[in-house]
Amino acid sequence: MADEIVELNNGTENLVIVGIQRRGVQLAAQIVSTISDREETDVPHGSLDITLYRDDLQTVGPRPVVGQTRIPVDVEGKNVIIVDDVLYTGRTIRAALDELADFGRPGRIALAVLIDRGGRELPIQPDVVGKTIAILPTQRVDVLVEELDGKNGVIVTDKESAP
Amino acid sequence: MSKSLLLRRGRVIDPSQSLDETADVLIVDGKIEAVGVRIADETRNRDDLETIDCTGQVISPGFVDVHCHLREPGREEVETIATGARAAAAGGFTAVCAMPNTDPVTDNQAAVGFIIRQSQIANAARVYPIGAISLGQKGESLAEFGEMIGAGAVAFSDDGKPVASAHLMRTALEYARTFGVPVADHCEEPTLAKGGAMNEGVVSARLGLKGVPSEAEEIMAIRDILLARRTGGHVHLCHMSTRGSVELIRWGKERGINVTAEVCPHHISLTEDAVEDYDTNAKMNPPLRTAADVAALQEAVKDGTIDLIATDHAPHHYDEKEREFADAPNGIIGLETALAVNITWLVEAGIIDLPLLVERMSCAPARIFKLPGGTLRRGTDADVTVFDPTMAWLVEPSRFKSKGRNTPYAGQTLTGRTRCTIVGGRVAYRADA
Amino acid sequence: MTLSLGKDLLGLEPLSREQIQLILDTAEPFKEISQRAIKKVPTLRGATIVNLFFEASTRTRVSFEFAEKRLSADAVNVAASGSSVSKGETLVDTARNLEAMRIDMVVIRHGASGAAQFLAERIESNVINAGDGTHEHPTQGLLDLLTLRDHFGRIDGLKVCIVGDVLHSRVARSNIWGLTKMGAEVGVCGPRSLLPNAVEELPVTVFRRVEEAIEWADALNILRLQLERMTAGYIPSLREYNRVFGVSRERLERAPRDVLILHPGPMNRGVEIDSDVADGPFSVILDQVTNGVAVRMAVLYMLSGGKPELAEAAKGRGGNE
Repeated sequence: MADEIVELNNGTENLVIVGIQRRGVQLAAQIVSTISDREETDVPHGSLDITLYRDDLQTVGPRPVVGQTRIPVDVEGKNVIIVDDVLYTGRTIRAALDELADFGRPGRIALAVLIDRGGRELPIQPDVVGKTIAILPTQRVDVLVEELDGKNGVIVTDKESAP
Repeated sequence: MSKSLLLRRGRVIDPSQSLDETADVLIVDGKIEAVGVRIADETRNRDDLETIDCTGQVISPGFVDVHCHLREPGREEVETIATGARAAAAGGFTAVCAMPNTDPVTDNQAAVGFIIRQSQIANAARVYPIGAISLGQKGESLAEFGEMIGAGAVAFSDDGKPVASAHLMRTALEYARTFGVPVADHCEEPTLAKGGAMNEGVVSARLGLKGVPSEAEEIMAIRDILLARRTGGHVHLCHMSTRGSVELIRWGKERGINVTAEVCPHHISLTEDAVEDYDTNAKMNPPLRTAADVAALQEAVKDGTIDLIATDHAPHHYDEKEREFADAPNGIIGLETALAVNITWLVEAGIIDLPLLVERMSCAPARIFKLPGGTLRRGTDADVTVFDPTMAWLVEPSRFKSKGRNTPYAGQTLTGRTRCTIVGGRVAYRADA
Repeated sequence: MTLSLGKDLLGLEPLSREQIQLILDTAEPFKEISQRAIKKVPTLRGATIVNLFFEASTRTRVSFEFAEKRLSADAVNVAASGSSVSKGETLVDTARNLEAMRIDMVVIRHGASGAAQFLAERIESNVINAGDGTHEHPTQGLLDLLTLRDHFGRIDGLKVCIVGDVLHSRVARSNIWGLTKMGAEVGVCGPRSLLPNAVEELPVTVFRRVEEAIEWADALNILRLQLERMTAGYIPSLREYNRVFGVSRERLERAPRDVLILHPGPMNRGVEIDSDVADGPFSVILDQVTNGVAVRMAVLYMLSGGKPELAEAAKGRGGNE
């Protein structure tokens, strides 16, 4: 994915990688680290928590905890790559786009996701995909990262049946 | 001529005759005709007799409340003499004394006469007016004690307010000696108590409410006791609330000073913790104090340092109490819960027994205020209370005869209920079922 | 990962350590928003919030207004008059009228202790206590905690002394509950006539003299002394108060460590706090103001939760979008 991102961007110039809380952040860090090894450049990267921009806050019940948002550089005119673990309905990315707009006007924004499971509810498409999988609406896919889950991996499970 | 009444097989408790036995009480022509165990047999063939079965209940001289506020004249939307007298009867009281902080103040013979008349019309519990000490209760000049007594007043008080001037209190005590009646004082040092909404202590500190320290009451209590000593007059201390006051009263009595004291049921049952959540139904003056004060007052009721229990029944309109705590008026109703509160917290708790309760609620008030009643002696007016000392009931203010609803006991289950109240031989209240 | 605050924020006394911790943690991302170029998030878009202030207060009201607007809520300021008794509409009627206008939240400041609870018990909207009489001022207590945590990295074990008129201070009470629940030790210092009589029954250490307090404390929260206290006879004069209890540079220099200086504002320079202390290197008074907006945003965010039953439905949706 790191290679694809660099290729998409025609190099590392003006590149900013932003991971979406939570696991998108760890994935973004891995990508940045890989780019750093291969291209010998340190690409600026940050984290974005989209909780406050969610479109379902009124129905979600008790308030979810808000994570850290940190965009360390001015995004004006930059090529921003949003990194997330799973792309499903597209609503998280919609929220991320709204939030990024409040930081400035990037030159372009592209999306990189580890897993695309289909099931879009909004016209949002990834530019870089790790793997596309087809699972049922009754199943869920979770990405595990070492920092939070103790190991790296991707698992598909059945959702608990709704009451 | 009212019907004759036979109260059958109750536990007759009459401390004035040292009576405590199962017996019958016969009432004829409004007077106690006989108390004994064979009356039922002897009157079996009379058909002009209404029999009331008092099995499992107590028959005692009617309760006398020397301290209540009936709000008429002036605040009839909150209570009238009629509704108050009916509430009293429902609570087992055959007589109450109405405090003069009405609007206009009861400080002259016409006002006293008005209350007497309204009481007769109400035809429930007897209502004896207490006259104001000072004109308008302004604390400046003495009111006409003689004229008021002539019209039917039984004592004097500026209650609602303290008598701030020691000079006025002294003069009142001296002047009242002419008539042999008590002067009742609401003990509150105004500068210490000013702005206070509850007891000063850790609860007031936490709730951010200005507190009234115990000393506000105690300073006036000892002042009154000393003035009673100086003047030889009879001072009656209203609604005592602190353990310090109890000690001072004891000091006075040990020296033979003519001081008597009352306590209200709420001060021997509730503490300042009842104010938690800013409940305005727990706001009154003097305020609820600490557990130590409650314990001392309970003990004082037992050993006689506190002579009697009075209600300080103080109805307020719902709108007035439905306010920020600091702005809500002081006072709670009490006529219809007094017996139950006293039984629940004093008798059931084992602090006093029923005969002592009757002494404190009936005999002592009548004796100290020189009122008729407080006895079942043959030939006296038949003011009798029949109550069930073990009956548990739910306090539902909406069912009270009083217009007031402001009680901190709402929703609680208490023990002890009036079954029948007889005033002058006539049934003034009978409980349904 | 959610700890409900319930419907209202009436004080810090009813909260648990975990709840307070969560509010402080939630305030962190809101601090970041106030540093952006566009200081707005759409989180409370469409929510109607009324700032119902019965006591004039520019600083607290403006702070709440910023918090509300930065969350995209619609804020309406109502400056209501006095108490139920003195003038105008009763608090009950004011509450009912607001509810009839279908507002979502009310931020209330009132001169009577217990007024916030009184309101909260009678309307369904969320109620936030912005100061009720001398009872509590929870958001002030929270921003003080956040400021201390920012500076020291922790609150446990900190020694914080409240200096001034504790008797009449709702800020002091909120501080006492907030700090003790978060593991700090609390001291109070002031003229005895301005400490609650039962102060020894509160979880605080009482210092008779401000020098003793300064020697003990890691941080001081200096309370404003109101002119009325002098006229009501609690203290003889403001000059004497400053001489005996004022926090001055000289007094601070004699301290064994650097003492952090907090003040809820507005300050009476030269009375409870000298200018060179207020503007000095250990003063975090302005940080308190910054944190105030973040804390209030956090509280508004946390209280504005949707219905709990919908949360259950949301859980079943797979969680990944």
